[in-house]
Amino acid sequence: MSTPHINGLFPHRHLLAIEGLTSQEITLLLDVAEGYVEQNRQADKKKSLLRGRTIINLFFEASTRTRTSFELAGKRLGGDVINMTVATSSVKKGETLIDTAMTLNAMHPDVLIVRHQDSGAVKLLSEKVNCAVINAGDGTHAHPTQALLDALTIRRRKGRLAGLIVAICGDILHSRVARSNIELLTTMGAEVRLVAPKTLIPSAVERMGAKVFHSMKEGIADCDIVMMLRLQTERMQGGFFPSVREYFHFFGLDYEKLAAAKPDALIMHPGPMNRGVEIDSLVADDYGRSVIREQVEMGVAVRMACLDLLTRNLANSELKNL
Amino acid sequence: MATRWKHTENLVAYVNARLLDPATGLNAKGALLTEGEAIADFGPKLFADGVPADVPVIDCKGMCLAPGLVDMRVQVREPGEEHKGTLASSGRAATSGGVTSMVCLPNTHPVIDDMSVLEFIARRARLLGLAKVYCYGAITKGLAGKELAEMGLLAESGAVGFTDGEKSVTDAQVMRRALLYSSTFPMLLIQHAEEPNLAGSGVMNAGETATRMGLGGIPREAEIIMIERDIRLVEMTGGRLHFAHVSTGESVAVIARAKERGLAITCDTAPPYFALNEMEVGDYRTFAKLSPPLRSEDDRKAIVEGLKSGVIDVIASDHAPQDEDSKRLPFSQAAFGGIGLETLLAVTLGLVHNGDMKLLDALRLITSAPADVLGLPAGRLKKGAAADLVIFDPDRVWKVEAATLLSKSKNSPFDERPVQGRVLRTVVDGRTVFELDS
Repeated sequence: MSTPHINGLFPHRHLLAIEGLTSQEITLLLDVAEGYVEQNRQADKKKSLLRGRTIINLFFEASTRTRTSFELAGKRLGGDVINMTVATSSVKKGETLIDTAMTLNAMHPDVLIVRHQDSGAVKLLSEKVNCAVINAGDGTHAHPTQALLDALTIRRRKGRLAGLIVAICGDILHSRVARSNIELLTTMGAEVRLVAPKTLIPSAVERMGAKVFHSMKEGIADCDIVMMLRLQTERMQGGFFPSVREYFHFFGLDYEKLAAAKPDALIMHPGPMNRGVEIDSLVADDYGRSVIREQVEMGVAVRMACLDLLTRNLANSELKNL
Repeated sequence: MATRWKHTENLVAYVNARLLDPATGLNAKGALLTEGEAIADFGPKLFADGVPADVPVIDCKGMCLAPGLVDMRVQVREPGEEHKGTLASSGRAATSGGVTSMVCLPNTHPVIDDMSVLEFIARRARLLGLAKVYCYGAITKGLAGKELAEMGLLAESGAVGFTDGEKSVTDAQVMRRALLYSSTFPMLLIQHAEEPNLAGSGVMNAGETATRMGLGGIPREAEIIMIERDIRLVEMTGGRLHFAHVSTGESVAVIARAKERGLAITCDTAPPYFALNEMEVGDYRTFAKLSPPLRSEDDRKAIVEGLKSGVIDVIASDHAPQDEDSKRLPFSQAAFGGIGLETLLAVTLGLVHNGDMKLLDALRLITSAPADVLGLPAGRLKKGAAADLVIFDPDRVWKVEAATLLSKSKNSPFDERPVQGRVLRTVVDGRTVFELDS
């Protein structure tokens, strides 16, 4: 996938959010990722595209699947990947985010992959380093690679994104996945619906181009994709709904509610799932309709595409110091 | 003429000035004479025949000569947080901004809930001889919102009003008693109106921008509800209450109705709330993280209207120094607040340059109006009054640049913005304490 003619078509130094990407750039990322899907299914998965490049996974927030996905993506492209997590870092000793950025920058990494619990923190860090930065999730702001892998999963199954009806259901308020998906799907011409109790809908979210519903049956009626979100209880300060039982009764996805969607509607979830809270186990494991495992597979391919395109923009020698 | 003053060694003549006195409506070419620490005379005809030979002359070159500014909301950070600001650094920032009297909040360490702290600040400020420093006392001990501080004794020591600073008095019973008790003397209470549970962990104005950025929102209602509650309490108790830095259009409407009912209520706003809106927070700019938060463009316009209609009585700088370590953080972790002493005049004059207000009306909001709310002997050109003066060029354009600001902390929400109106000289008690390019 190192075709030289795509150089210059993705003129970004960092990938911090979907906002700011054109539909052409998103399509390019997905096209490049398609190639990596095939490569990842071969016995020999390894490329040498990133040979000599250093990639640091810098996770200030616990994560297993996203970190592993990025780690595999980097290694399969031949890069050297180092994982840094908050528990073993000096952040716990009082070092500020900017000090950490400066310290890592001095070690000449080529790509920093950063997850942080505060919205905007990855952008702040990107302003202080010479390398490319990929946002692996910042607070409740953005998670661009998740939106891209969701888009790739949908496109492979449905053949397109434009014109589809996508219902994003659950904890929209605390979800960076929802925000990035709204940005991406509306940019690509899909119709986005949000379904949640009013306490989990952020204010003025309809201004982002989505329609808001408070009933699952109305919200997912005739939709092509039902995207469930994880209830982020760790971000919830105060009661947003009375009980899990009541939440599942009204907003959990089961076959009864799913009947309102198109017969071939796909079920998605960014994981990790709270079975019996936002999604019934039977629905989650329905191989005919649930593409939750496929999303995980697409994640590695999409992250390889991001690393591929961003590193093409890196100079081969030392960038000028900031 | 020369025989009118026996001892010319104490005199200074300010000639060729455009005299501005918002309290009396004076707006005329003329001159002003100071004798020692006081204003001896002023007017269009003064020195019409020339200045006596032995009197030192300051040529104002046609620029504006007005009473020094009175800033009723300043955090100096001394004692306790001298790394962010000191009485000396705030004093220099104030005088370079034309401010000759400022009132500081009690949220120092220790808190100004005890006479000794108040006297410490007063003594330090007197020795510095820069802008005059007045203090608010705390309404509650330790700003904890529970027990009343010794308001009567603090008032005797010179506290000009009472407030819990950046914190609301949230317990309605405590606020009721504070209003009742203070009306015994009577004294002025000042409230930062924000319902803390509704504000929650919010860090900017609730709405589309906060949603897009994934930042917790503070709804406008957090401010409005507290103002509405306090108005009821004022009605119940007969106290005198001033709302600090109102930021929403609905706050202005609610206060207007209370004033119509004859309640003893006044309010101020700060330059960010009529000159900026929530879009400043874009790109997670922590210098635009203020409390209350910058609001929508509709609110900003409503604040301008509130200033024009007179519902908003005063403009205060809301000077809140924060050092780099408090601001160079992810947005939600960064401290609230922006500095404002050095931009108070220029941003207020923006109202004049935009055609919203006349020069004297805008100037009144930062001179005699705050002095009247607090009962301070300041903010006027008056024979025998302290010679606290500012000479400024209302039209000169300059750029706010962190590196050139005198405040110890550089967290100006107006950083990098061009503004119009420059202080050329500031005089406190007849002494020049600031001169541009000197």
